[in-house]
Amino acid sequence: MQNIRNFSIIAHIDHGKSTLADRLIMKTGVCDQRTYKDQMLDSMDIERERGITIKSQAISLPYTASDGETYTLNLIDTPGHVDFSYEVSRSLASCEGVLLLIDATQGVQAQTLANLYLAMEHDLEIIPVINKIDLPAADVERVLEQIDSELGLDPATHLACSAKEGTGVDEILEAIVRRIPPPKGEAKKPLAALIFDAYYDAYRGTVINCRVFDGEVKAGDTIRFMSNGSIYRVEEVGRFLLDRQKRDTLSAGEVGYIIAGIKTVSSVSIGDTITLDDRPCAQPLPGFKKVKPVVFASIYPIASDDYEDLSDALEKYKLNDAAFIYEKDSSAALGQGFRCGFLGLLHLDIVQERLEREYGLNIILSVPSVRYRFTLKDGTELHVDNPAHYPNPMNIIKSEEPYIRASMMLPDKYLGAVMTLCIDRRGVNSNMRYPSPGRVELTYEMPLSEVIFDFYDKFKSVTQGYGSFDYDLIDYRTSNLVLLDILVNGEKVDALSQIVHRDRARARGVQACERLKDEIPRQMYKIAIQGAIGGEIISRSTISAFRKDVTAKCYGGDITRKRKLLEKQKEGKKRMKMVGSVSIPQSAFLAVLKSDKDS
Amino acid sequence: MNTGRAYIPGLYIHFPFCRSKCGYCDFYSVTETSLVPSFLEALSTEAALYRGEFTTFDTVYLGGGTPSLMRPEQVDALLVMLRGTFTILDNAEITMELNPADLTREDLRALYQAGVNRVNIGVQSFHDQKLQLMGRRHDRRQALSAIEEAAAAGFDNIGLDLIYNLPHQSLEDWRASLEQAIALHPAHLSCYELELKPDTPLGRKFGRGECAGRSEDLAREFFMETSKTLEEAGYIHYEVSNFAAGMGRASRHNRKYWDHTPYLGLGPAAHSFEGTRRWWNRSSLKGYLTDLSNRKRPVEGQEDLRSEELAMEALFLGLRTKEGIDLDRYVRLYGRDLMRENRHQIEEWSRLGLVEISGGHIRPTRSGMAVADALAMI
Repeated sequence: MQNIRNFSIIAHIDHGKSTLADRLIMKTGVCDQRTYKDQMLDSMDIERERGITIKSQAISLPYTASDGETYTLNLIDTPGHVDFSYEVSRSLASCEGVLLLIDATQGVQAQTLANLYLAMEHDLEIIPVINKIDLPAADVERVLEQIDSELGLDPATHLACSAKEGTGVDEILEAIVRRIPPPKGEAKKPLAALIFDAYYDAYRGTVINCRVFDGEVKAGDTIRFMSNGSIYRVEEVGRFLLDRQKRDTLSAGEVGYIIAGIKTVSSVSIGDTITLDDRPCAQPLPGFKKVKPVVFASIYPIASDDYEDLSDALEKYKLNDAAFIYEKDSSAALGQGFRCGFLGLLHLDIVQERLEREYGLNIILSVPSVRYRFTLKDGTELHVDNPAHYPNPMNIIKSEEPYIRASMMLPDKYLGAVMTLCIDRRGVNSNMRYPSPGRVELTYEMPLSEVIFDFYDKFKSVTQGYGSFDYDLIDYRTSNLVLLDILVNGEKVDALSQIVHRDRARARGVQACERLKDEIPRQMYKIAIQGAIGGEIISRSTISAFRKDVTAKCYGGDITRKRKLLEKQKEGKKRMKMVGSVSIPQSAFLAVLKSDKDS
Repeated sequence: MNTGRAYIPGLYIHFPFCRSKCGYCDFYSVTETSLVPSFLEALSTEAALYRGEFTTFDTVYLGGGTPSLMRPEQVDALLVMLRGTFTILDNAEITMELNPADLTREDLRALYQAGVNRVNIGVQSFHDQKLQLMGRRHDRRQALSAIEEAAAAGFDNIGLDLIYNLPHQSLEDWRASLEQAIALHPAHLSCYELELKPDTPLGRKFGRGECAGRSEDLAREFFMETSKTLEEAGYIHYEVSNFAAGMGRASRHNRKYWDHTPYLGLGPAAHSFEGTRRWWNRSSLKGYLTDLSNRKRPVEGQEDLRSEELAMEALFLGLRTKEGIDLDRYVRLYGRDLMRENRHQIEEWSRLGLVEISGGHIRPTRSGMAVADALAMI
């Protein structure tokens, strides 16, 4: 155990975390240049395409240090987007130390701080690493000052590297061995292992990623999940190199996987403690927070025949994404589906894409919503995250919506633009601080509903990418809410309804009608789109019927090209949902929330 | 409507030369007319390579390119060669595309003598300004004269090509052009909407067509107006862009493309179809000539059509024609019962006045034809 180091790399988005992880993997010889794929740990296509890490992953790196000893360095990769801070926290609980990576050109950003605080909560050894020192715009001096003044860390403890070029990586490996403490724990004690990730393997069932704190586990053992008491027989344990490497045991201090023939995925919940059935530990491991989704939307199959497949896919998907929750739901307009909870809009986007790519499903999402709170005349308190369940307005005595505290860090020249944006989103109680010359730390309290959708994009655009943003939920506040319904050809489409602030209702209604007009393609007949509050029409737009949809010339015998074109269009049409007699594309449901066309 | 068709194959010849490129055209052509003799020689080699595979044709279509750049003697020799290689039925429809600037009355008479019995004149517009804009090398006077001369030379099956929804063209401008065309009593009219294809000079100039006084929204108005005006004048709107003074005057050759009758296409970039296979020649005159000098078919690509692909084609092609889709033939050839699979949808179209269901056919109405591609999405 003295020769094990469990660590994570934490950083603000785009500060080079995945690149550094790749370097460490290459340096320790787990794979050579030939088998090296860019950013090994981001193994999902979608992560690669978007350049962001979504899922945590673990890998065991064998390393012979300058002291001549051989160490096992367990690297637990963490996601870097603001929506995924819970996943970071759960990985950190499995570590003894972190590399806090800071971009030499950008310096300390909002997520650098947020991640640092998380690491401190877990009492981890923190090694500041300044990355991208090869870039002309690198300003190491400035970053050192920030490490001192903004992070409160000793700048003398820093390392510098260029993950891209591979410089400084040896020093990082040595520092991991010398500065991060070995895990504590006793192999003789009853088993206590923390589940920090899991995924579904079509052949082996659920594969659990865990950190063993005490005791040991081996094939043949009967394990018990402490949260629900369910029991499984272990088939295989091992650790991750580039793929699963089977081992005899996993014992205290180690990170690895357990396969136990778990086919029903609902019994595994991330954050749970695994122990042995015949010799359980006294209490579950601490340190994990329960995640709470903040954005809700319903998922429906485009073809109602696919409902069962969707149901299966969600069950499997859930296992690999602890933060995702779902339950059955049905819509008058869209049929049988599921109500799902997400960490944010990016998370929602990713879930949608993964379900489509990994499970081959064509799905449609309703307009996302936050969770509102209503107090009714009879005293009951109602939580509503689905506009379809909006209570009868006559019975409501109090409406509340969730507020967040947004923390933003930006160069001061963007201050005016950002404040305008925040005020526009009903931001209040602003606070401002200048941690270093030219940089502002700005906080605002805002309704969550105003920020989850496109605030982050807007913010990035007004700060030209130089601003960073993070938020915490603070409380529920009284708010004058109404239900905005959307009617398509006179028919209410419940999946397009939104709960909105009364002062914003008219503008939202107009906006929704305009956006839908752009998103819903012309069809055989004129389509009327209306926004309504309690039966009163507040906005309206019209989609004219097809003008002409037929090519002029269709001969010279080149029918093939024409057919291919139509086949492509037909494929696109499959991704639309028939609501009454109108085909509505997937994109329309999210577009309703976008504030204008260029966003 | 007559549905008892013979389904005898058609022969298409792509003459790939033009004196200059028109602004809207993306068909394959070159301007090196010095290569015409080599091309005609290669063409006879190519025809010989298909002897046996295709034997009998009841239509020949000389398209391009600008086939009227051929001297009448060359056309005569070409037809003699084709008759020597294949059986061209006595009553065959032999069409040639003409540029109004190219031929004298004597030339036209010689073509008639050679056996051409249908001409399609590329009038495009009766306005000099519009003709210039399209990059045509003829003017209004030449167009009117070509029609008159063709009639005088003996042709009674004369077709005119016109293009609408031109930049800065109003619906009134277009109606006047149609009236002008009707007054000339052609047997056939092809009226195409200007499509701004990206690889054409006009496409590059006008981009997405929303500029330059050309509105995409007007496209439907133009289409409906064309159909209404010409039908009122006694023409049958038998295909999206084609109108005939009686079905006997419809282009027998072009109809083959729309009902999966086999056709052989000779010349660069020409397409051929035989039952379930379609293939196409190289879009390069040079490559075409090289292949044939080696007695090799100048084929660039081919596809074997799966039955669902054939079914898709039959659907979108059928919905382009007034005759519509023969439901029994559809089941027989493609194994799909359209009515049974899509009853709800088709009845909805019928309610909306987009199609008529009668006599075992689904036929598009005028407004149905305007959206035929969208209908084919079922």
